[in-house]
Amino acid sequence: MELFQALTHMTAAGFAQHLVNGISLGSLYALIAIGYTMVYGILLMINFAHGDIVMMACYFAFFGITAFHIPWYLTFIGTIAATALLGVVIERTAYRPLRDAPKNSVLISAIGASFLLENLANYIFSGRPMHFPDIPFLSSMVRIGGVQIQAICFFIPVVTVLCLAILLHIVNHTKTGMAMRAVSKDYEIARVMGINIDNVISITFAIGSALAAVGAIMWGIRYPGITPYLGVMPGLKCFIAAVIGGIGNIKGAVLGGFILGLGEILIVAFFPTLSGYRDAFAFIMLILILFYKPTGILGETTTEKV
Amino acid sequence: MKKFVSAMLAMTVSAALIAGCGGGDKKADKGASGNVVKVGVFLPLTGDNAAGGELELRGIKLANKLHPEVNGKKIELVVADNKSDKAEAANVAARLIEKDKVKVILGSYGSSLSMAAGNIVKDSKVPAIGTSCTNPQVTKGNDYYFRACFIDPFQGTVMANYAYKKGARKAAIVQEVSNDYSVGLAKFFKEAFEKLAGAGSVVEVANYQTGDKDFTAQLTNLKAKNPDAIFAPGNFTESALLIKQARQLGIKAPFLGGDTWETQEFINVGGKEVEGICFSSAFDREKAATPEAKKFMEAYTKEYGGQQPGGLSAMAYDAYLIALNALKQAGTDDSIKIRDAIAKTKDLETTTGMTTLNADGDPIKSAVIKTVKNGKFTYLDMVSPEDLKAK
Repeated sequence: MELFQALTHMTAAGFAQHLVNGISLGSLYALIAIGYTMVYGILLMINFAHGDIVMMACYFAFFGITAFHIPWYLTFIGTIAATALLGVVIERTAYRPLRDAPKNSVLISAIGASFLLENLANYIFSGRPMHFPDIPFLSSMVRIGGVQIQAICFFIPVVTVLCLAILLHIVNHTKTGMAMRAVSKDYEIARVMGINIDNVISITFAIGSALAAVGAIMWGIRYPGITPYLGVMPGLKCFIAAVIGGIGNIKGAVLGGFILGLGEILIVAFFPTLSGYRDAFAFIMLILILFYKPTGILGETTTEKV
Repeated sequence: MKKFVSAMLAMTVSAALIAGCGGGDKKADKGASGNVVKVGVFLPLTGDNAAGGELELRGIKLANKLHPEVNGKKIELVVADNKSDKAEAANVAARLIEKDKVKVILGSYGSSLSMAAGNIVKDSKVPAIGTSCTNPQVTKGNDYYFRACFIDPFQGTVMANYAYKKGARKAAIVQEVSNDYSVGLAKFFKEAFEKLAGAGSVVEVANYQTGDKDFTAQLTNLKAKNPDAIFAPGNFTESALLIKQARQLGIKAPFLGGDTWETQEFINVGGKEVEGICFSSAFDREKAATPEAKKFMEAYTKEYGGQQPGGLSAMAYDAYLIALNALKQAGTDDSIKIRDAIAKTKDLETTTGMTTLNADGDPIKSAVIKTVKNGKFTYLDMVSPEDLKAK
């Protein structure tokens, strides 16, 4: 009944608007989800600090532009580099010492790293929200027919697809990528075969964090209020996106991101009274996928090696 | 060797115990001899509401600086951070009462946080004076909770009347469902507006969660309903993003809100998109309501490097004044007598006019309507309790 009402009231322009909103949100989720999936694929651990890496990247970009007055394009490059470095540092300090420890210890260390980053940001940058600076053109509005879109919304999906293409190239067609795949299959054997697994893992964290930085910059432009806890919800949702798509599978993470972003928007579009339960959608999806296809949509069923 | 170590340990422990007891006695003596009255400050200084909490802390600290003594005793502030978290708020309130032994508590910013401490102050019979917790539930049925700000029904009703007066006949509501403050304001706005403009005049009630960044789906739905005004009370970060996204989607209807918007961050995050919004507030610095208000404004500007005070700081300052007056009237350290003195507050000169507390412990005073103009909060209009009765 309610759905019927929503459908009859929805104009083509309204639906197009919802679709655009959903795709841009989904692309952001996708970018961040890639980071989760890459780390899981190789280390079989969930990097809970990933959402907070996104938050730190937002602050890097914010201070680059507002405090140091670096031109925005240079700031963005610097942010990506700094965030990649941050990812590597976290890996070295919080995860590497636990390489041979049980999986649970690493997981707890990841949660610790996440809290450390949040509270550090709270302490250094204060809990007061800051305004991510407006970027020329990208922050401006574009109007097409009845649909009004921020220019960044066109870039988000394009950048996401571009990042995905580059990443797939690295993973499938370079020597580093081959090493990554080898490590993800079995890192003990990879080590025996002469692969420097510490390096491979560092590179994985660097790439994952760099993608998180790209996501963070676009997140900042799209949703310009930045706070130390900004990464918590997106972090959780992107983790869910990675699980839905099949954790460990890069294409799956992107697919999961789109499903989640679009789903979240469309559920509000068609069931306006459920708008308060938007966040619940992600968690319901997680439960459903864990029930019916625990490996995720694109995940492969692997048997646990003994 | 082992024996020696354990003997040493035992000695150290007992020495520490004795020293601890001695220290404790000394402190207790000091309290009893009555040189110091401890007043707890219960505010969110970190987390989502930190900006509001910080402004209120300024008001209280300033009041303490200008009025540091009562009946010859020094007033000592014990500042506690409730971290914008309901669970933490309950712990912090208990700590203030049990460990710090405060006589009165001031705070908090945010109704949910105050409500979390409600039963604790009630059970331990230590009065609390809320600063900007405007939900009626805070003081209702709780003899130990009072407040310095006006309550939600009043704010929601004021904004509904104001919207109607300005010609709005169709209104939409966007509420932060996880925030008692926002839901409370929205409920009373809906009631008052439908009374004025007829049933069904509130065409849409959309929800979002605290911490949400994306409101495009709710706003796209709302745009299709084409309301004359949008009432969107809530946390200033979310509200600023919400208004920004609404303007980006081409929604031109004016936005109305509550007193939580009055922080610099709201303008910082909202930018030019929040120009022309309006909200209710208890305090206006362009028109000093009382001599105390003038004194407060001058002292604030001096203390905080030329900055102008806002309503939150003023309200917190008022909460301190109410406590100060009660301590003076009660003339004792007894929390129950202090509570009775607070309840009797009548025509007390505060920064937001003369304050009288009603039977629920809520003040009766005027509301100011403010807007954002050229990146600054500006006075727009005034609504008194009598204005609403007259209509």
